[in-house]
Amino acid sequence: MAEVQQTDLPGVGVRYEFVTSDGERLGVLVHRSGRRDVLLYRRDDPDECRAVVELAAPDANTLVELLGASRVSEHLGEVQQRIAGLAIEWLRVEPSSRWIDTSLADAQVHTHTGVSIVAIVRDGETIVAPGADDELRAGDTVVAVGTPEGIELLRPALRG
Amino acid sequence: MLAAGGTDATAFIELGAIVLGLAVLARIAERAGFSPIPLYLLAGLFFGDGGFHQLDVSEDFLDLTSQIGVVLLLLALGLEYTADELRRTLRSGLRDGAVDLVANALPGLAAGILLGWGGKETLLLAGVTTISSSGVIAKVLADFGRYGNRETPTVLSILVLEDLAMAAYLPLVGVVLAGTSLLAGMVSLAVAISVVVIVLLFAIRSGHVVTRLLASRSDEALLLGLLGSTLLVGGLAEQAGVSAAVGAFLVGIAVSGPVQERASELVQPLRDLFAAIFFLVFALRIDPGDLPPVAFAAIALAVVSAITKFGSAWYSTTRAGIGVRGRTRAATVLISRGEFSIVIAELGTVAGLDPRLAALAAGYVLVLASAGPILTRYADPIGERLQARTLRRA
Repeated sequence: MAEVQQTDLPGVGVRYEFVTSDGERLGVLVHRSGRRDVLLYRRDDPDECRAVVELAAPDANTLVELLGASRVSEHLGEVQQRIAGLAIEWLRVEPSSRWIDTSLADAQVHTHTGVSIVAIVRDGETIVAPGADDELRAGDTVVAVGTPEGIELLRPALRG
Repeated sequence: MLAAGGTDATAFIELGAIVLGLAVLARIAERAGFSPIPLYLLAGLFFGDGGFHQLDVSEDFLDLTSQIGVVLLLLALGLEYTADELRRTLRSGLRDGAVDLVANALPGLAAGILLGWGGKETLLLAGVTTISSSGVIAKVLADFGRYGNRETPTVLSILVLEDLAMAAYLPLVGVVLAGTSLLAGMVSLAVAISVVVIVLLFAIRSGHVVTRLLASRSDEALLLGLLGSTLLVGGLAEQAGVSAAVGAFLVGIAVSGPVQERASELVQPLRDLFAAIFFLVFALRIDPGDLPPVAFAAIALAVVSAITKFGSAWYSTTRAGIGVRGRTRAATVLISRGEFSIVIAELGTVAGLDPRLAALAAGYVLVLASAGPILTRYADPIGERLQARTLRRA
Protein backbone atom coordinates (compact mmCIF):
# COMPACT_ATOMS: atom_id res chain seq x y z
CA MET A 1 0.00 0.00 0.00
CA ALA A 2 1.24 3.51 -0.81
CA GLU A 3 2.14 5.87 1.99
CA VAL A 4 -0.73 8.25 2.72
CA GLN A 5 0.01 11.80 3.78
CA GLN A 6 -2.45 13.56 6.03
CA THR A 7 -2.80 17.34 6.22
CA ASP A 8 -5.16 19.40 8.35
CA LEU A 9 -7.09 22.23 6.75
CA PRO A 10 -8.26 24.39 9.66
CA GLY A 11 -11.92 25.26 9.31
CA VAL A 12 -12.40 22.95 6.33
CA GLY A 13 -11.44 19.36 7.11
CA VAL A 14 -8.61 16.92 6.49
CA ARG A 15 -6.81 16.08 3.25
CA TYR A 16 -5.20 12.74 2.45
CA GLU A 17 -2.94 12.20 -0.52
CA PHE A 18 -0.71 9.52 -2.01
CA VAL A 19 1.13 8.71 -5.19
CA THR A 20 -0.35 5.89 -7.24
CA SER A 21 1.87 3.16 -8.67
CA ASP A 22 1.39 4.97 -11.97
CA GLY A 23 2.99 8.10 -10.57
CA GLU A 24 -0.23 10.12 -10.32
CA ARG A 25 -0.74 12.15 -7.18
CA LEU A 26 -4.21 11.47 -5.86
CA GLY A 27 -5.95 13.03 -2.89
CA VAL A 28 -9.16 12.93 -0.93
CA LEU A 29 -10.39 15.99 0.94
CA VAL A 30 -12.79 15.09 3.74
CA HIS A 31 -14.89 18.16 4.53
CA ARG A 32 -16.27 18.54 8.03
CA SER A 33 -19.73 18.55 6.54
CA GLY A 34 -19.15 14.97 5.34
CA ARG A 35 -18.63 16.01 1.73
CA ARG A 36 -15.62 14.38 0.10
CA ASP A 37 -13.61 15.74 -2.81
CA VAL A 38 -11.52 13.41 -4.91
CA LEU A 39 -8.47 15.35 -6.10
CA LEU A 40 -6.20 14.63 -9.02
CA TYR A 41 -3.05 16.73 -9.06
CA ARG A 42 -1.34 18.13 -12.12
CA ARG A 43 1.87 16.48 -13.20
CA ASP A 44 3.68 19.74 -13.99
CA ASP A 45 2.49 21.52 -10.85
CA PRO A 46 2.05 19.06 -7.98
CA ASP A 47 0.50 21.82 -5.85
CA GLU A 48 -2.54 22.32 -8.05
CA CYS A 49 -5.51 20.09 -8.76
CA ARG A 50 -6.16 19.10 -12.35
CA ALA A 51 -9.56 17.72 -11.49
CA VAL A 52 -11.81 17.87 -8.44
CA VAL A 53 -14.80 15.59 -8.08
CA GLU A 54 -17.21 16.64 -5.34
CA LEU A 55 -18.95 13.73 -3.65
CA ALA A 56 -21.85 14.08 -1.24
CA ALA A 57 -21.83 11.49 1.55
CA PRO A 58 -24.05 8.96 -0.33
CA ASP A 59 -21.94 9.39 -3.49
CA ALA A 60 -18.81 8.61 -1.52
CA ASN A 61 -20.45 5.44 -0.20
CA THR A 62 -21.33 4.43 -3.74
CA LEU A 63 -17.75 4.97 -4.88
CA VAL A 64 -16.38 2.96 -1.97
CA GLU A 65 -18.79 0.20 -2.84
CA LEU A 66 -17.57 0.17 -6.42
CA LEU A 67 -13.90 0.35 -5.57
CA GLY A 68 -13.40 -2.25 -2.95
CA ALA A 69 -16.31 -3.32 -0.88
CA SER A 70 -17.99 -5.35 -3.62
CA ARG A 71 -16.70 -8.60 -2.08
CA VAL A 72 -18.40 -7.71 1.17
CA SER A 73 -21.70 -7.05 -0.52
CA GLU A 74 -21.48 -10.30 -2.48
CA HIS A 75 -21.00 -12.07 0.79
CA LEU A 76 -23.95 -10.22 2.26
CA GLY A 77 -26.04 -11.14 -0.73
CA GLU A 78 -25.59 -14.78 0.13
CA VAL A 79 -26.81 -14.29 3.68
CA GLN A 80 -29.87 -12.45 2.49
CA GLN A 81 -30.70 -15.11 -0.05
CA ARG A 82 -30.68 -17.74 2.59
CA ILE A 83 -33.34 -15.98 4.65
CA ALA A 84 -35.97 -14.52 2.39
CA GLY A 85 -37.20 -11.08 3.33
CA LEU A 86 -34.29 -10.40 5.70
CA ALA A 87 -32.05 -7.42 5.10
CA ILE A 88 -28.73 -6.75 6.79
CA GLU A 89 -27.18 -3.35 6.33
CA TRP A 90 -24.07 -1.53 7.56
CA LEU A 91 -25.12 2.10 8.13
CA ARG A 92 -22.98 5.05 9.15
CA VAL A 93 -24.26 7.40 11.87
CA GLU A 94 -23.73 10.86 10.42
CA PRO A 95 -22.90 13.79 12.77
CA SER A 96 -26.15 15.43 11.68
CA SER A 97 -28.33 12.53 12.83
CA ARG A 98 -30.90 13.40 15.47
CA TRP A 99 -29.86 10.33 17.42
CA ILE A 100 -26.31 11.45 18.19
CA ASP A 101 -25.48 10.68 21.84
CA THR A 102 -28.89 9.10 22.23
CA SER A 103 -29.25 5.69 23.83
CA LEU A 104 -30.89 2.92 21.83
CA ALA A 105 -33.74 2.94 24.34
CA ASP A 106 -34.38 6.65 23.83
CA ALA A 107 -34.04 6.45 20.06
CA GLN A 108 -36.68 3.67 19.98
CA VAL A 109 -35.22 2.38 16.75
CA HIS A 110 -37.18 -0.83 16.84
CA THR A 111 -40.49 0.89 17.60
CA HIS A 112 -40.03 3.36 14.75
CA THR A 113 -38.65 1.09 12.05
CA GLY A 114 -39.03 -2.51 13.17
CA VAL A 115 -35.28 -2.89 12.65
CA SER A 116 -32.92 -4.30 15.27
CA ILE A 117 -29.44 -2.92 15.77
CA VAL A 118 -27.34 -6.01 16.38
CA ALA A 119 -23.90 -4.37 16.54
CA ILE A 120 -22.20 -0.98 16.72
CA VAL A 121 -18.76 -0.55 15.15
CA ARG A 122 -16.86 2.29 16.78
CA ASP A 123 -13.18 3.16 16.22
CA GLY A 124 -12.49 -0.29 14.84
CA GLU A 125 -14.09 -2.05 17.82
CA THR A 126 -17.43 -3.77 17.73
CA ILE A 127 -20.10 -3.68 20.39
CA VAL A 128 -21.99 -6.90 19.71
CA ALA A 129 -25.64 -7.02 20.77
CA PRO A 130 -25.68 -3.50 22.25
CA GLY A 131 -27.92 -2.90 25.26
CA ALA A 132 -30.67 -0.31 25.67
CA ASP A 133 -28.19 2.02 27.42
CA ASP A 134 -25.59 2.02 24.65
CA GLU A 135 -25.50 5.37 22.88
CA LEU A 136 -25.03 6.19 19.21
CA ARG A 137 -22.06 8.40 18.39
CA ALA A 138 -21.21 10.38 15.27
CA GLY A 139 -19.08 8.22 12.98
CA ASP A 140 -20.38 4.91 14.33
CA THR A 141 -21.38 2.21 11.94
CA VAL A 142 -24.41 0.24 13.03
CA VAL A 143 -25.27 -3.21 11.77
CA ALA A 144 -29.03 -3.28 11.32
CA VAL A 145 -31.19 -6.31 10.70
CA GLY A 146 -34.81 -6.17 9.60
CA THR A 147 -37.09 -5.91 6.62
CA PRO A 148 -35.77 -4.00 3.57
CA GLU A 149 -38.54 -1.43 4.15
CA GLY A 150 -37.49 -0.98 7.77
CA ILE A 151 -33.87 -0.43 6.71
CA GLU A 152 -34.99 2.25 4.28
CA LEU A 153 -36.80 3.98 7.18
CA LEU A 154 -33.71 3.82 9.34
CA ARG A 155 -31.31 5.11 6.70
CA PRO A 156 -32.50 8.77 6.64
CA ALA A 157 -32.79 8.91 10.44
CA LEU A 158 -29.11 8.08 10.79
CA ARG A 159 -28.19 10.54 8.11
CA GLY A 160 -30.18 13.36 9.74
CA MET B 1 -37.04 52.94 20.66
CA LEU B 2 -36.91 52.06 16.98
CA ALA B 3 -37.93 55.43 15.63
CA ALA B 4 -36.39 58.64 16.84
CA GLY B 5 -38.47 61.33 15.20
CA GLY B 6 -41.16 59.59 13.20
CA THR B 7 -43.48 56.66 13.59
CA ASP B 8 -42.68 52.99 13.49
CA ALA B 9 -44.06 52.97 9.97
CA THR B 10 -41.42 55.29 8.56
CA ALA B 11 -38.72 53.45 10.48
CA PHE B 12 -39.81 50.16 8.95
CA ILE B 13 -39.93 51.67 5.49
CA GLU B 14 -36.44 53.08 5.85
CA LEU B 15 -35.01 49.92 7.31
CA GLY B 16 -36.67 47.89 4.56
CA ALA B 17 -35.21 50.18 1.92
CA ILE B 18 -31.75 49.89 3.46
CA VAL B 19 -31.81 46.10 3.63
CA LEU B 20 -33.27 45.82 0.12
CA GLY B 21 -30.51 48.07 -1.15
CA LEU B 22 -27.95 45.78 0.48
CA ALA B 23 -29.66 42.80 -1.12
CA VAL B 24 -29.25 44.35 -4.57
CA LEU B 25 -25.56 44.97 -3.89
CA ALA B 26 -25.02 41.42 -2.62
CA ARG B 27 -26.63 40.12 -5.79
CA ILE B 28 -24.44 42.26 -8.02
CA ALA B 29 -21.35 41.06 -6.16
CA GLU B 30 -22.45 37.44 -6.49
CA ARG B 31 -22.95 37.88 -10.25
CA ALA B 32 -19.57 39.49 -10.70
CA GLY B 33 -17.95 36.90 -8.45
CA PHE B 34 -16.38 39.12 -5.83
CA SER B 35 -16.93 40.15 -2.22
CA PRO B 36 -19.89 42.45 -1.50
CA ILE B 37 -17.94 44.35 1.19
CA PRO B 38 -16.55 47.03 -1.16
CA LEU B 39 -20.05 47.64 -2.51
CA TYR B 40 -21.54 48.04 0.97
CA LEU B 41 -18.81 50.54 1.79
CA LEU B 42 -19.31 52.45 -1.45
CA ALA B 43 -23.06 52.67 -0.81
CA GLY B 44 -22.42 53.97 2.69
CA LEU B 45 -19.94 56.54 1.45
CA PHE B 46 -22.32 57.62 -1.30
CA PHE B 47 -25.35 58.15 0.93
CA GLY B 48 -23.60 59.19 4.12
CA ASP B 49 -22.51 62.61 5.16
CA GLY B 50 -20.84 61.87 8.43
CA GLY B 51 -24.14 61.15 10.15
CA PHE B 52 -27.65 59.81 9.75
CA HIS B 53 -29.34 63.17 9.39
CA GLN B 54 -31.90 62.22 6.78
CA LEU B 55 -32.78 58.90 8.39
CA ASP B 56 -35.72 58.44 10.71
CA VAL B 57 -34.46 55.16 12.13
CA SER B 58 -32.74 56.16 15.30
CA GLU B 59 -28.98 56.24 15.36
CA ASP B 60 -29.03 54.16 18.55
CA PHE B 61 -30.81 51.35 16.77
CA LEU B 62 -28.44 51.25 13.80
CA ASP B 63 -25.51 51.59 16.16
CA LEU B 64 -26.53 48.59 18.24
CA THR B 65 -27.30 46.59 15.11
CA SER B 66 -23.87 47.21 13.66
CA GLN B 67 -22.18 46.36 16.97
CA ILE B 68 -24.06 43.05 16.97
CA GLY B 69 -22.66 42.63 13.46
CA VAL B 70 -19.13 42.86 14.84
CA VAL B 71 -19.90 40.35 17.59
CA LEU B 72 -21.41 37.89 15.09
CA LEU B 73 -18.47 38.26 12.70
CA LEU B 74 -16.12 37.18 15.48
CA LEU B 75 -18.45 34.45 16.76
CA ALA B 76 -18.63 32.93 13.27
CA LEU B 77 -14.85 33.15 13.04
CA GLY B 78 -14.42 31.31 16.33
CA LEU B 79 -16.89 28.65 15.22
CA GLU B 80 -14.87 28.05 12.07
CA TYR B 81 -11.91 26.53 13.89
CA THR B 82 -11.82 23.82 16.52
CA ALA B 83 -9.66 24.34 19.59
CA ASP B 84 -7.55 21.44 18.39
CA GLU B 85 -6.82 23.12 15.07
CA LEU B 86 -5.83 26.32 16.86
CA ARG B 87 -3.46 24.44 19.15
CA ARG B 88 -1.80 22.52 16.32
CA THR B 89 -1.49 25.54 14.06
CA LEU B 90 -0.02 27.60 16.86
CA ARG B 91 2.60 24.96 17.46
CA SER B 92 3.61 24.46 13.84
CA GLY B 93 3.24 27.92 12.37
CA LEU B 94 4.55 30.31 14.98
CA ARG B 95 7.40 31.50 12.77
CA ASP B 96 5.15 32.09 9.75
CA GLY B 97 2.77 33.99 11.98
CA ALA B 98 5.49 36.21 13.40
CA VAL B 99 6.85 37.05 9.93
CA ASP B 100 3.33 37.80 8.71
CA LEU B 101 2.52 40.09 11.65
CA VAL B 102 5.77 42.05 11.55
CA ALA B 103 5.85 42.44 7.77
CA ASN B 104 2.27 43.65 7.56
CA ALA B 105 1.99 45.77 10.70
CA LEU B 106 5.01 47.83 9.63
CA PRO B 107 3.35 49.52 6.61
CA GLY B 108 0.47 50.66 8.83
CA LEU B 109 2.82 51.92 11.53
CA ALA B 110 4.97 53.73 8.97
CA ALA B 111 1.94 55.31 7.30
CA GLY B 112 0.62 56.53 10.66
CA ILE B 113 3.96 58.13 11.46
CA LEU B 114 4.40 59.65 7.98
CA LEU B 115 0.91 61.15 8.12
CA GLY B 116 1.75 62.63 11.51
CA TRP B 117 -1.12 60.87 13.25
CA GLY B 118 -1.39 60.23 16.97
CA GLY B 119 -0.17 57.03 18.60
CA LYS B 120 -3.63 55.53 18.97
CA GLU B 121 -4.55 56.07 15.32
CA THR B 122 -1.20 54.63 14.26
CA LEU B 123 -1.67 51.54 16.42
CA LEU B 124 -5.08 50.92 14.85
CA LEU B 125 -3.76 51.51 11.34
CA ALA B 126 -1.14 48.83 11.95
CA GLY B 127 -3.96 46.42 12.78
CA VAL B 128 -5.90 47.46 9.68
CA THR B 129 -3.02 46.51 7.38
CA THR B 130 -2.12 43.26 9.19
CA ILE B 131 -5.22 41.09 9.19
CA SER B 132 -6.26 39.45 5.92
CA SER B 133 -9.93 38.87 5.27
CA SER B 134 -10.83 35.27 6.01
CA GLY B 135 -14.31 35.88 4.58
CA VAL B 136 -13.06 37.05 1.18
CA ILE B 137 -10.33 34.41 1.07
CA ALA B 138 -12.60 31.49 2.00
CA LYS B 139 -14.96 32.50 -0.81
CA VAL B 140 -12.15 32.75 -3.36
CA LEU B 141 -10.69 29.37 -2.36
CA ALA B 142 -14.10 27.73 -2.73
CA ASP B 143 -14.95 29.49 -6.01
CA PHE B 144 -11.65 28.60 -7.65
CA GLY B 145 -11.71 25.04 -6.27
CA ARG B 146 -8.46 25.52 -4.43
CA TYR B 147 -9.24 23.69 -1.20
CA GLY B 148 -7.44 20.61 -2.54
CA ASN B 149 -4.32 22.53 -3.54
CA ARG B 150 -1.22 21.93 -1.53
CA GLU B 151 -0.59 25.61 -0.80
CA THR B 152 -4.01 25.97 0.83
CA PRO B 153 -3.12 24.56 4.29
CA THR B 154 -0.45 27.26 4.55
CA VAL B 155 -2.96 29.95 3.58
CA LEU B 156 -5.44 28.67 6.16
CA SER B 157 -2.88 28.42 8.92
CA ILE B 158 -1.80 32.02 8.32
CA LEU B 159 -5.45 33.05 8.69
CA VAL B 160 -5.73 31.07 11.93
CA LEU B 161 -2.61 32.72 13.34
CA GLU B 162 -3.87 36.17 12.43
CA ASP B 163 -7.13 35.44 14.20
CA LEU B 164 -5.26 34.39 17.34
CA ALA B 165 -3.12 37.51 17.08
CA MET B 166 -6.31 39.52 16.95
CA ALA B 167 -7.46 37.95 20.21
CA ALA B 168 -4.38 39.50 21.83
CA TYR B 169 -4.45 42.72 19.83
CA LEU B 170 -8.04 43.76 20.55
CA PRO B 171 -7.64 43.88 24.35
CA LEU B 172 -4.39 45.80 23.87
CA VAL B 173 -6.22 48.35 21.75
CA GLY B 174 -9.05 48.48 24.26
CA VAL B 175 -6.65 49.44 27.02
CA VAL B 176 -4.77 51.97 24.91
CA LEU B 177 -8.01 53.60 23.77
CA ALA B 178 -9.24 53.84 27.36
CA GLY B 179 -6.33 56.27 27.72
CA THR B 180 -5.41 55.75 31.33
CA SER B 181 -2.00 56.50 32.83
CA LEU B 182 0.90 54.23 31.92
CA LEU B 183 0.85 52.27 35.19
CA ALA B 184 -2.93 51.85 35.31
CA GLY B 185 -2.80 50.99 31.62
CA MET B 186 -0.22 48.26 32.21
CA VAL B 187 -2.30 46.82 35.02
CA SER B 188 -5.50 46.72 33.03
CA LEU B 189 -3.63 45.34 30.02
CA ALA B 190 -2.27 42.55 32.20
CA VAL B 191 -5.78 41.89 33.51
CA ALA B 192 -7.24 41.90 30.00
CA ILE B 193 -4.61 39.58 28.55
CA SER B 194 -4.87 37.16 31.46
CA VAL B 195 -8.64 37.06 31.10
CA VAL B 196 -8.19 36.18 27.42
CA VAL B 197 -5.58 33.53 28.14
CA ILE B 198 -7.65 31.96 30.93
CA VAL B 199 -10.79 31.87 28.82
CA LEU B 200 -8.85 30.57 25.82
CA LEU B 201 -7.34 27.77 27.90
CA PHE B 202 -10.75 26.99 29.32
CA ALA B 203 -12.22 26.97 25.81
CA ILE B 204 -9.51 24.59 24.57
CA ARG B 205 -9.51 22.26 27.59
CA SER B 206 -13.15 22.30 28.64
CA GLY B 207 -14.94 23.38 25.51
CA HIS B 208 -16.95 20.17 25.62
CA VAL B 209 -18.68 21.37 28.81
CA VAL B 210 -19.93 24.49 27.04
CA THR B 211 -20.85 22.38 24.04
CA ARG B 212 -22.86 19.96 26.14
CA LEU B 213 -24.71 22.81 27.85
CA LEU B 214 -25.63 24.35 24.51
CA ALA B 215 -26.31 21.14 22.61
CA SER B 216 -29.92 20.63 21.72
CA ARG B 217 -31.83 18.79 19.07
CA SER B 218 -33.85 21.90 18.36
CA ASP B 219 -32.16 24.44 16.10
CA GLU B 220 -34.12 27.15 17.83
CA ALA B 221 -32.82 26.28 21.29
CA LEU B 222 -29.26 25.97 20.00
CA LEU B 223 -29.35 29.31 18.21
CA LEU B 224 -30.90 31.17 21.13
CA GLY B 225 -28.53 29.58 23.62
CA LEU B 226 -25.54 30.40 21.47
CA LEU B 227 -26.58 34.02 20.83
CA GLY B 228 -27.50 34.56 24.46
CA SER B 229 -24.21 33.29 25.78
CA THR B 230 -22.26 35.17 23.11
CA LEU B 231 -23.85 38.51 23.93
CA LEU B 232 -23.51 37.83 27.66
CA VAL B 233 -19.84 36.88 27.47
CA GLY B 234 -19.25 39.72 25.01
CA GLY B 235 -20.81 42.22 27.38
CA LEU B 236 -18.82 40.94 30.35
CA ALA B 237 -15.64 41.03 28.27
CA GLU B 238 -16.39 44.60 27.24
CA GLN B 239 -16.88 45.53 30.89
CA ALA B 240 -13.51 43.96 31.73
CA GLY B 241 -11.97 46.11 29.00
CA VAL B 242 -11.31 43.15 26.67
CA SER B 243 -13.81 44.12 23.93
CA ALA B 244 -17.01 42.24 23.18
CA ALA B 245 -15.55 40.96 19.91
CA VAL B 246 -12.90 38.91 21.70
CA GLY B 247 -15.50 37.48 24.06
CA ALA B 248 -17.59 36.38 21.09
CA PHE B 249 -14.54 34.84 19.41
CA LEU B 250 -13.78 32.80 22.53
CA VAL B 251 -17.36 31.54 22.78
CA GLY B 252 -17.06 30.40 19.17
CA ILE B 253 -13.88 28.48 19.93
CA ALA B 254 -15.36 26.84 23.01
CA VAL B 255 -18.17 25.29 20.98
CA SER B 256 -16.88 22.07 19.46
CA GLY B 257 -17.85 18.70 18.06
CA PRO B 258 -20.91 18.07 15.93
CA VAL B 259 -22.66 21.04 17.52
CA GLN B 260 -20.02 23.34 16.05
CA GLU B 261 -20.88 22.45 12.47
CA ARG B 262 -24.59 23.05 13.05
CA ALA B 263 -24.07 26.22 15.07
CA SER B 264 -21.86 27.59 12.34
CA GLU B 265 -24.57 26.98 9.75
CA LEU B 266 -27.22 28.59 11.97
CA VAL B 267 -25.19 31.70 12.71
CA GLN B 268 -24.15 32.39 9.13
CA PRO B 269 -27.32 34.05 7.82
CA LEU B 270 -27.58 36.21 10.94
CA ARG B 271 -23.94 37.20 10.58
CA ASP B 272 -24.45 38.13 6.93
CA LEU B 273 -27.39 40.37 7.79
CA PHE B 274 -25.85 42.17 10.74
CA ALA B 275 -22.40 42.43 9.20
CA ALA B 276 -23.83 43.99 6.03
CA ILE B 277 -25.52 46.66 8.17
CA PHE B 278 -22.26 47.11 10.08
CA PHE B 279 -20.26 47.84 6.90
CA LEU B 280 -22.94 50.23 5.70
CA VAL B 281 -23.17 52.10 9.00
CA PHE B 282 -19.39 52.32 9.20
CA ALA B 283 -19.25 54.00 5.81
CA LEU B 284 -22.35 56.16 6.45
CA ARG B 285 -20.56 57.79 9.35
CA ILE B 286 -17.62 58.84 7.21
CA ASP B 287 -17.68 62.46 6.15
CA PRO B 288 -17.17 62.43 2.36
CA GLY B 289 -15.03 65.53 2.82
CA ASP B 290 -12.49 63.38 4.66
CA LEU B 291 -12.03 61.04 1.71
CA PRO B 292 -10.12 62.99 -0.97
CA PRO B 293 -7.26 64.02 1.37
CA VAL B 294 -6.61 60.39 2.35
CA ALA B 295 -7.29 58.83 -1.06
CA PHE B 296 -3.66 58.89 -2.14
CA ALA B 297 -2.49 57.56 1.23
CA ALA B 298 -5.06 54.75 1.06
CA ILE B 299 -3.94 53.65 -2.40
CA ALA B 300 -0.24 53.92 -1.56
CA LEU B 301 -0.75 51.97 1.66
CA ALA B 302 -2.76 49.35 -0.23
CA VAL B 303 0.05 48.89 -2.76
CA VAL B 304 2.80 48.71 -0.14
CA SER B 305 0.93 46.34 2.18
CA ALA B 306 -0.10 44.19 -0.77
CA ILE B 307 3.59 43.78 -1.53
CA THR B 308 4.51 43.02 2.09
CA LYS B 309 1.68 40.48 2.37
CA PHE B 310 2.81 38.92 -0.90
CA GLY B 311 6.32 38.70 0.52
CA SER B 312 5.36 37.18 3.86
CA ALA B 313 3.08 34.63 2.19
CA TRP B 314 5.85 33.83 -0.30
CA TYR B 315 8.20 33.19 2.60
CA SER B 316 5.77 30.85 4.40
CA THR B 317 4.85 28.87 1.30
CA THR B 318 8.50 28.52 0.30
CA ARG B 319 9.22 27.11 3.76
CA ALA B 320 6.34 24.67 3.24
CA GLY B 321 8.01 23.44 0.05
CA ILE B 322 5.43 24.81 -2.38
CA GLY B 323 6.39 25.51 -6.00
CA VAL B 324 6.52 28.95 -7.61
CA ARG B 325 3.01 28.77 -9.06
CA GLY B 326 1.48 27.62 -5.79
CA ARG B 327 3.37 30.34 -3.94
CA THR B 328 1.96 32.95 -6.33
CA ARG B 329 -1.57 31.65 -5.82
CA ALA B 330 -1.23 31.76 -2.03
CA ALA B 331 0.46 35.15 -1.97
CA THR B 332 -2.09 36.84 -4.24
CA VAL B 333 -5.12 35.50 -2.41
CA LEU B 334 -3.79 36.57 1.00
CA ILE B 335 -3.56 40.18 -0.16
CA SER B 336 -7.31 40.57 0.41
CA ARG B 337 -8.22 42.68 3.43
CA GLY B 338 -11.81 43.14 4.48
CA GLU B 339 -14.09 42.75 7.46
CA PHE B 340 -11.46 42.75 10.19
CA SER B 341 -9.72 45.87 8.91
CA ILE B 342 -13.09 47.60 9.17
CA VAL B 343 -13.76 46.11 12.62
CA ILE B 344 -10.45 47.53 13.86
CA ALA B 345 -10.99 50.96 12.30
CA GLU B 346 -14.47 51.05 13.84
CA LEU B 347 -12.88 50.87 17.29
CA GLY B 348 -11.28 54.22 16.52
CA THR B 349 -14.58 55.74 15.43
CA VAL B 350 -16.29 54.55 18.60
CA ALA B 351 -13.47 56.00 20.71
CA GLY B 352 -13.81 59.33 18.91
CA LEU B 353 -10.37 59.30 17.28
CA ASP B 354 -9.34 61.21 14.16
CA PRO B 355 -12.16 60.59 11.60
CA ARG B 356 -9.57 60.34 8.83
CA LEU B 357 -8.69 56.87 10.14
CA ALA B 358 -12.12 55.51 9.18
CA ALA B 359 -11.96 57.24 5.79
CA LEU B 360 -8.50 55.84 5.11
CA ALA B 361 -9.50 52.34 6.20
CA ALA B 362 -12.59 52.43 3.98
CA GLY B 363 -10.54 53.47 0.96
CA TYR B 364 -7.90 50.89 1.79
CA VAL B 365 -10.39 48.02 2.07
CA LEU B 366 -12.16 49.19 -1.11
CA VAL B 367 -8.89 48.66 -2.97
CA LEU B 368 -7.69 45.42 -1.39
CA ALA B 369 -10.99 43.57 -0.97
CA SER B 370 -11.38 43.92 -4.75
CA ALA B 371 -7.72 43.60 -5.77
CA GLY B 372 -7.03 40.31 -3.96
CA PRO B 373 -9.70 38.21 -5.71
CA ILE B 374 -8.95 39.83 -9.09
CA LEU B 375 -5.17 39.37 -8.82
CA THR B 376 -5.42 35.78 -7.69
CA ARG B 377 -7.50 34.96 -10.77
CA TYR B 378 -4.36 35.70 -12.79
CA ALA B 379 -2.04 34.01 -10.31
CA ASP B 380 -1.13 31.18 -12.65
CA PRO B 381 0.05 33.35 -15.58
CA ILE B 382 1.94 35.53 -13.08
CA GLY B 383 3.42 32.45 -11.46
CA GLU B 384 4.51 31.06 -14.83
CA ARG B 385 6.30 34.29 -15.58
CA LEU B 386 8.03 34.26 -12.19
CA GLN B 387 8.97 30.63 -12.73
CA ALA B 388 10.41 31.36 -16.18
CA ARG B 389 12.48 34.14 -14.71
CA THR B 390 13.89 32.00 -11.91
CA LEU B 391 14.68 29.24 -14.39
CA ARG B 392 16.48 31.66 -16.67
CA ARG B 393 18.51 32.95 -13.76
CA ALA B 394 19.44 29.41 -12.76
